[in-house]
Amino acid sequence: MALKGNLSDFSFVQLLNLINLAKKTGALTIESGNWNVKLFFRNGKLSSAFLGRESVPIVRIMARARLLSGSQAASLAEKYKNLGDKEAGISLMNSGHLTQGQIFSGIEFYLKEIVRTLFTWHEGAFDFWISELPPKEVIQVDLGLESLILEGSRQIRELEDLTSEIPSLDMSLRFTERSSVDFHQLNLNGAEWRVVSFINPNSTMRQIAAAARLNEIEIRRIVYNLLQAGLVEIVRPAEPILFKGAHISPLVDTPEQRSIIHRVINRIKSL
Amino acid sequence: MQTQTVKIVVTGPFNAGKTELIRSISEINVVDTERKVTGDEEKIKGSTTVAMDFGRITVDNDLVLFLFGTPGQKRFDFMWEILSEGMLGFIVMVDSTRPETFREARTILETFKAYAPTPYIIVANKQDCQDAWSIEDIRAALRLDQNIKLLPCIARKKSSVKTVLLELLYAILEDMDAAKE
Repeated sequence: MALKGNLSDFSFVQLLNLINLAKKTGALTIESGNWNVKLFFRNGKLSSAFLGRESVPIVRIMARARLLSGSQAASLAEKYKNLGDKEAGISLMNSGHLTQGQIFSGIEFYLKEIVRTLFTWHEGAFDFWISELPPKEVIQVDLGLESLILEGSRQIRELEDLTSEIPSLDMSLRFTERSSVDFHQLNLNGAEWRVVSFINPNSTMRQIAAAARLNEIEIRRIVYNLLQAGLVEIVRPAEPILFKGAHISPLVDTPEQRSIIHRVINRIKSL
Repeated sequence: MQTQTVKIVVTGPFNAGKTELIRSISEINVVDTERKVTGDEEKIKGSTTVAMDFGRITVDNDLVLFLFGTPGQKRFDFMWEILSEGMLGFIVMVDSTRPETFREARTILETFKAYAPTPYIIVANKQDCQDAWSIEDIRAALRLDQNIKLLPCIARKKSSVKTVLLELLYAILEDMDAAKE
C-alpha cells in the first residue's frame, strides 16, 4: 500500500526521517502547484531524483555543481544528447573531463539542492511507492539522510523563529529614516543587494522574493538582518492586497464615519 | 432605528492586561471566557482567555462600541483574524515588566497590521510596577518608530484606559486626515 499524505500534515523532514529509519526502498513523489519532484531511495538512502517528469541530463547536473563550465556543458549536452546518463558519465570520464568521484559528488550536490528546496515546501501531496526504482540508465548514489534531516530540522526551527519576527510576506518594506547610510559602504552579499534593490512600498516581500529568486526562508533571513540593522521597516503595501478569508475594508473617510468617531470620543470622555 | 455597532480589538501577549483593560471601562460585566491555565504559564497567571473578552460601551441611542480582547496564548491565535474583522482600530498591550514577551508583542503587532489597514496604538501596561521598563526603552525594544503611539497605562485604572481609547480614536481621525491629503 502506498504511503500518501500532504506536507501540511506530515512535513518533508518527518518523511525523510521515516524513510531513513525504516530503510525504505521506493519512489517518493511530491506535487505542489505546478511543481513535481520524484525522489528515489535505496535502503533508506537517497539515490536519484527527477525534477518534473524526467531526470535532468548528467551534463547539466555537473554544470550546476560547477564541475563543468556553462560553455562546456552546452557543447557536451549537444554531443551526448542521445546517450543515457550512464553512457554520458562514462564518456565524461573517458574524455578526461571528470573523474568518477567528481560525477558522484556532482550528483550528490544536485540531490542536496533539491532536498533543501523541499524543506521550504509546507504544502504538497506526497505519495511513496515501495520498491519503485529509477530507470536503468540513471546513475544512482547512496546519499545518507542523517545530516540532511539535521539540516532540515535546524531550518524548520529557524523558519519558526523568522516567522515569529516576520509573520506575513504579504507586507512591504521601506527604508527607515535612520537608513540614510550609504548602502555602498555596507558589506552586503549578492542576494542582499538584490533584495535591497527591489525594496519599495509597492512590492510585497513575497514579490521581492520571487523577483530575487529567493525561497521563503532566504527572504525572511535577509529581511530579518535588515530589520535588525534598523535599515528597513515593515509597512503595508501601497496597493491593497487580498487576504485569506474575509477582507476587511479600511475605514472610509465620510462625514458619517467622522461623526461616529466623534460621538465615541465624546462618550468616552464622559465616562 | 437599528443600533449601529463599532468595534475595537485589544490584543497582546499572555498576561499583558487585556481583560483588565476591558473590565475597567466596560459598562457590562465583561463576558469573558477565562479558563484555568495549565503548564508553565500557570506560574504567571491562574487563568487565561481562551476565546475572547467582550466589553460594551453604549455611545448613544443608536451607537454601541464593542471591545474585543483576543486570547493571549499563542495556541488560540486562529481566533485573531476572526476577531479583527471590521474593527475600527486595535490596541496592542505589552506587559512592561516582562521583557521576555516583547518579541511576541512585536509578532502580534505585525500579524494584526497584515490583517487590516486600520490604525493602532501600543500600550505599555503595568507602568506603576517597580520593575516596569520605561516607555523609551520599550519603544527601542519593540523597534517602534517615533511616529507610532506608545502610551503608558495602568489597565485597572479607568482614567488610564480612557486615555488609551481616546488616543486610538484620535489616531483614527488622524489616519482619515492623512488619507485625505
